Amino acid sequence: MLKTLRKIASIGVVSEAAPGPDESLRIRRLLDERISSVLGRALCIRHVDAGSCNGCELEIQALGNPYYNLEGCNIRLVASPRHADLLLVTGPVVRNMEAALKRVYAATPDPKLVVAVGDCGCTGGILGECPASLGRVSNLIPVDVAVPGCPPNPVRILQGILTAISAPG
Amino acid sequence: MPMRRWWDRAHPVVGAPGARGLGVGREEWVQVARDAAASGGALLSLWTTQEGEGTRDRLTDSPAEAAVYCAYLTDRGVLIVELALPSAAEPAMYPGLEALFPAASRLQRAAFDLSGVRSSDPDARPWLNHERPYDFIRVDGEGVHEIAVGPVHAGTIEPGHFRFSVVGEKVLRLEAHLGYVHKGLERRFCGLPILEGHRLAARVSGDSAVAFSWAYCQALEGMSGCTVPQRALWLRAACLELERLANHLGDLGALGNDAGFAFGLAQFSRLKEDLLRAMSAAFGRRYLFDIVVPGGMAVDLPQEAAEALADTVRAVCAEASELRGIYDEHEGVRDRFTGAGCLDASLAARLGVLGLVGRASGLGRDLRADVPCPPYTGLQVAKAVQQGGDVAARVAVRFDEARESGRLLLQLLSALPQAERAVAVEPPADGAFGVGLIEGWRGPVLVALQAGPQGSIRRCHPHDPSWQNWPALEYAIMGNIVPDFPLINKSFNLAYSGVDL
Repeated sequence: MLKTLRKIASIGVVSEAAPGPDESLRIRRLLDERISSVLGRALCIRHVDAGSCNGCELEIQALGNPYYNLEGCNIRLVASPRHADLLLVTGPVVRNMEAALKRVYAATPDPKLVVAVGDCGCTGGILGECPASLGRVSNLIPVDVAVPGCPPNPVRILQGILTAISAPG
Repeated sequence: MPMRRWWDRAHPVVGAPGARGLGVGREEWVQVARDAAASGGALLSLWTTQEGEGTRDRLTDSPAEAAVYCAYLTDRGVLIVELALPSAAEPAMYPGLEALFPAASRLQRAAFDLSGVRSSDPDARPWLNHERPYDFIRVDGEGVHEIAVGPVHAGTIEPGHFRFSVVGEKVLRLEAHLGYVHKGLERRFCGLPILEGHRLAARVSGDSAVAFSWAYCQALEGMSGCTVPQRALWLRAACLELERLANHLGDLGALGNDAGFAFGLAQFSRLKEDLLRAMSAAFGRRYLFDIVVPGGMAVDLPQEAAEALADTVRAVCAEASELRGIYDEHEGVRDRFTGAGCLDASLAARLGVLGLVGRASGLGRDLRADVPCPPYTGLQVAKAVQQGGDVAARVAVRFDEARESGRLLLQLLSALPQAERAVAVEPPADGAFGVGLIEGWRGPVLVALQAGPQGSIRRCHPHDPSWQNWPALEYAIMGNIVPDFPLINKSFNLAYSGVDL
């Protein structure tokens, strides 16, 4: 126990300041300023892997590490879409995940936001559209913000989330 | 050695060191499997010709023979066995191998979904094809009920469905249903020029980008007769060990967290981030996609960058070793790890478990030591083997392997041979076949590659060891309680995308 406490004290707080929103990521302007005032800064996010290679998942997981300190930005990853304000969707949407993604979207209470993460989610990526894959996320559900990258780094993902909840510029 | 006669009859296959290939008839197909099983060989992979190829060749539009392939991992290297099947007219069927190798079942069912070529084994439920509801095996009895989980899971992980049959909180049976992220990878490979297929290989399972892209390039370079510069091979090995170290650090943190020790997650995720940032500074990317390219490496590593990377590796490994002491001394953590999700050595051998999970159950296979490719030939990799087969053993293997990866990295980074980072590669001749085999962080990763005309891909089959290890998870959870499943599952940490193809 002493070792654990000494370790905690010796490392200190490594969390870095969150980045600001980046309007260049915005692709849809549906929700206005009032939404962010309604939501305040407490945001619940549900992640859906709709066909990813697991690369984007690793960077979303990294948001929880002490450097990015997601919860310190008042953002929580929640276990059910019914608790979520925002969906973070990765991957090209593959046929076997089509029904699950649509059901998750339907289960998320309005008003809801969708951030597509990664090249596959934004454009279909290297897989594109084929018999097993339906391509980008916006082919299936409305997307507010698209964050390119393969995978995008955690700062870009966080910027995408903050862009989605900030008022359109 | 019953395998000896097959090995002697086989012809060399380019790519992975020691690889051999053998064409057989139907009876021999079963006999090779029996001999491989009897001599302790492992079934590494099984695949068939792709959709459409059973009747017409996709590239030349001529009548094509259907074939089924099987890869066995032996002490000498990989043996690829090919069984040609009568083409066209009637649905092709080949002798199933499930009775000898339980992992063959899902591979055969997936192969049928992709190609229409069926095995003779009784379980013919679709695997990748999700058009109809899945017919789970039911458990009957007083008080038995089912818990259905997924495909969308509560955490930030890949999708899949788990069906638990439980009494109270005790798990009687678990059946996984995967294939949710099936995206037609094998077919997509066929649309890519063979010199660009490494990019898709890296994305078979993004956490194993180096392992898959190296295996792909190893096959391709063998087929093209290209000699990769030593410097590139050293850098590839450094990248492979960085990938292993990063994944092990992530898992060790998550395992602490699942055992109720959030401190572990905070510390190990910080160390992983330190490593990723050092990788980004060294190679221009946090995850090592598109860095292993045909002929060598996409980027070089200047001396100062190599030294800075080595400094981070040294610091991260020193802290990991300090944290190991804290895990070992923490009674709560020890209590949750010890005895949970036990997979004993005989069961692991029977199931043909591979890689890290196998080594935690006493199966001491590691390609880096058994059939090493350069530069591992000169590195004397120490295998991390544990006998316990429980979560604690899989944690110990990760700690040991993280330390060994640190040692290998320091050795590789301090002695990078002076040479160019890449050489040019010519597309191989139509019909050329090669196989790549690399020990990724989960275990052996295989890529079987066949060239088509004009620099195209006729067929590419990538294989992740999770195929073998998913069924083992179903055994490891039996008799444990439902709340221990996340911990046990994380201790396996198997791929979904990597097996959904």
